[in-house]
Amino acid sequence: MSGVRTLVDLLAGRRDADGLAPRDWDGVIGAARAEALLATLAHRLADAALPPSVAALFADQRAAAAVARAQALWEAEMARRAIAPEGIAFVLLKGTAYAAAGLSCAEGRQIGDLDILVGWHDIGRAEKELIEAGWEWVKSDPYDDAYYREHMHELPPLIHKARDRMIDVHHTILPRTHRVTPDALAMIGDAVVADGGFAVLCPADMACHCAAHLLADGDLQGGLRNLWDFHCLTRDFAAADAGFWGELDARAALHGLRAPVQRAARLARDLYGAALPPGWNRREPRDGWFVRRLLARDDWGRPTHFALQQAFYIRSHWLRMPPVMLAKHLWTKWRKG
Amino acid sequence: MADRLYRAPAAGALRIEPLGDLTAIFDRRSMQTHLVVAPMPEIIAALGDTPCDAGALAERLAAMFDLADAGGDDVAAVLRERLAELAALGLVAAA
Amino acid sequence: MRHSTRIAVGPVQFRIGSDWRAPIDALDRLYAGYPKDMARPADATVRLFAARPWRRWLRPSVHIGGDFIVPDALPLPLSMGLLAAEMGMNLQVALGWRRHMLLHASAVARDGRAVILSGESGSGKSTLAALLGEGAWRLMGDEFTLIEPASGDALGFPRAVSLKNAAIAEMAARVDPARLGPLLAGTPKGDIRHLIPRADAIAAMHEPARPALILFPRFGGAAAIEPMAPGEVFVRLTEASTNYVALGEAGFAALARLVRETPAFGISYPDSAAGMALVEQLWAEAVR
Repeated sequence: MSGVRTLVDLLAGRRDADGLAPRDWDGVIGAARAEALLATLAHRLADAALPPSVAALFADQRAAAAVARAQALWEAEMARRAIAPEGIAFVLLKGTAYAAAGLSCAEGRQIGDLDILVGWHDIGRAEKELIEAGWEWVKSDPYDDAYYREHMHELPPLIHKARDRMIDVHHTILPRTHRVTPDALAMIGDAVVADGGFAVLCPADMACHCAAHLLADGDLQGGLRNLWDFHCLTRDFAAADAGFWGELDARAALHGLRAPVQRAARLARDLYGAALPPGWNRREPRDGWFVRRLLARDDWGRPTHFALQQAFYIRSHWLRMPPVMLAKHLWTKWRKG
Repeated sequence: MADRLYRAPAAGALRIEPLGDLTAIFDRRSMQTHLVVAPMPEIIAALGDTPCDAGALAERLAAMFDLADAGGDDVAAVLRERLAELAALGLVAAA
Repeated sequence: MRHSTRIAVGPVQFRIGSDWRAPIDALDRLYAGYPKDMARPADATVRLFAARPWRRWLRPSVHIGGDFIVPDALPLPLSMGLLAAEMGMNLQVALGWRRHMLLHASAVARDGRAVILSGESGSGKSTLAALLGEGAWRLMGDEFTLIEPASGDALGFPRAVSLKNAAIAEMAARVDPARLGPLLAGTPKGDIRHLIPRADAIAAMHEPARPALILFPRFGGAAAIEPMAPGEVFVRLTEASTNYVALGEAGFAALARLVRETPAFGISYPDSAAGMALVEQLWAEAVR
């Protein structure tokens, strides 16, 4: 069985670690690294019977993830010190939000940039305060810069001079040119406060954003990681609140995200063994393409199925832009090489 | 114009290692390492439990280090700058 | 990957995959004397790959990848495939290893104590360590030295030593030719030949050694010794570490302890003999 399939089975609990031969671990670890799931696997198997070198590697990964988590939450704190005194409300998104809220998907999760959601009307002031506090623009060319401001759902990236870490300031969760336009004001309005005082999306919105990020905003690169987040979020929220699936459906309808949310749930069932309630549990043949794309990773960590990747890449651009814009954008990108 | 108040980090937040003329400080909240010289470690030590501004800090330092003259705008002005630098590093926060 | 091999150096088990046979054969010859455990799972993966399938044969050029990859890195011609493999091994350890604090330093050991030589390429640390390793010292490594956070001990990482330009002739005059790898002429760093560490250094690669001395060598100029203050040593060693930040408090504690407990000196020397004499002199004082 391939490394990536074994990885998924180990995470889902369908397979026990002690059944693996020593040389099977190369493929599992290779796939896990490439999918940014190695520290997650290390947490999942913290109590398993492992070969000594794998146990040591996993202990290293867990320790490194704890350091990275503290660094990520610190970035959020420094952003708060910069913009909160000016009365600018902001909501943490993605990995930093999961860590701030102490959610299970935060365990072992690599967190890259800090992502925050700010009201459209506050974007200018947020930009000014961040620059005053030591962030600066990541250098880019004027075309990309204009594209970002006009069409994407965030400011161009800012990086902090001294700490060398990026912040992405969003005002919606999908690009403005996207065919789907979630209700950002509702998301901000219904945000909840996590321990430590940071605002995060309410559970249903958090799951919606996760599904949107997984399926509506990309070509599924790193999809297994995002799907694992979705699986943990929905499983944990449903365990705490019997009405969660209903709330999720209602919220997804509000944001125009029912299709991606339902697909994410089915993929979590197919890959990670999620238990879905009635109404969510159908079989959809087209999901097979998504499963194939998500599992397109070989034992050396390389992406496979080149043609399938390209199909998803084109699909993701199609989702983000009207056809005329897409043609112009791809033409300019090709011209620049 | 009221002077800015600053707050020291909570107990246990900083790990301090003297290294000769320099002091190495590990901030457990940010996972960052800072290398500072006098009077930064002394300022952090003097901030104590209650938030204070540059003027109050000057008095505390005078008492701690038995300085002859804590008064004067010069001392407070210097401390105001140092406090702002420490805040930029995240070691102290505006109260 | 079509061709592959496994190599264990110090605590790290590598698996190296390649689109070409030649670099794998070269690695197998260079590391023939190292212990082999074909069943042990790999800690780090290196891949030597062609950017396009036809580039395996047409103007073959070797891209370096694995667990970590540097985007836009220039490939090397197939004739330098062995260099690519060694660079790949360095890259994966530098970016991925978290069990020990990594210092970009050579180290040699004697009587359970270690001398750490920290410096950039061109400082002469590799050549000095290699020369000492042919005498009464055990070569621990020329590229990386590992510091164990819990104990403070130095741990060896004795890879094939990368000798550059003039150092090649200097070592070739002293060692059995069977211990030298092929000449890689005209690489981006000049001429390179690899030196296989002595058999006793390979056999002892898991033995820790307590640091006794930290030296910052500078090749060129009159022989001189300059004691270094702990604050400056701390700063220079953080600059010499690829994983200090990622280790968090464990890294801070390990480095502070190393700096507190180990005397440090900058040394400059006009030639290898003078350099080795300075090491012996400072060593004698340190362990007195």
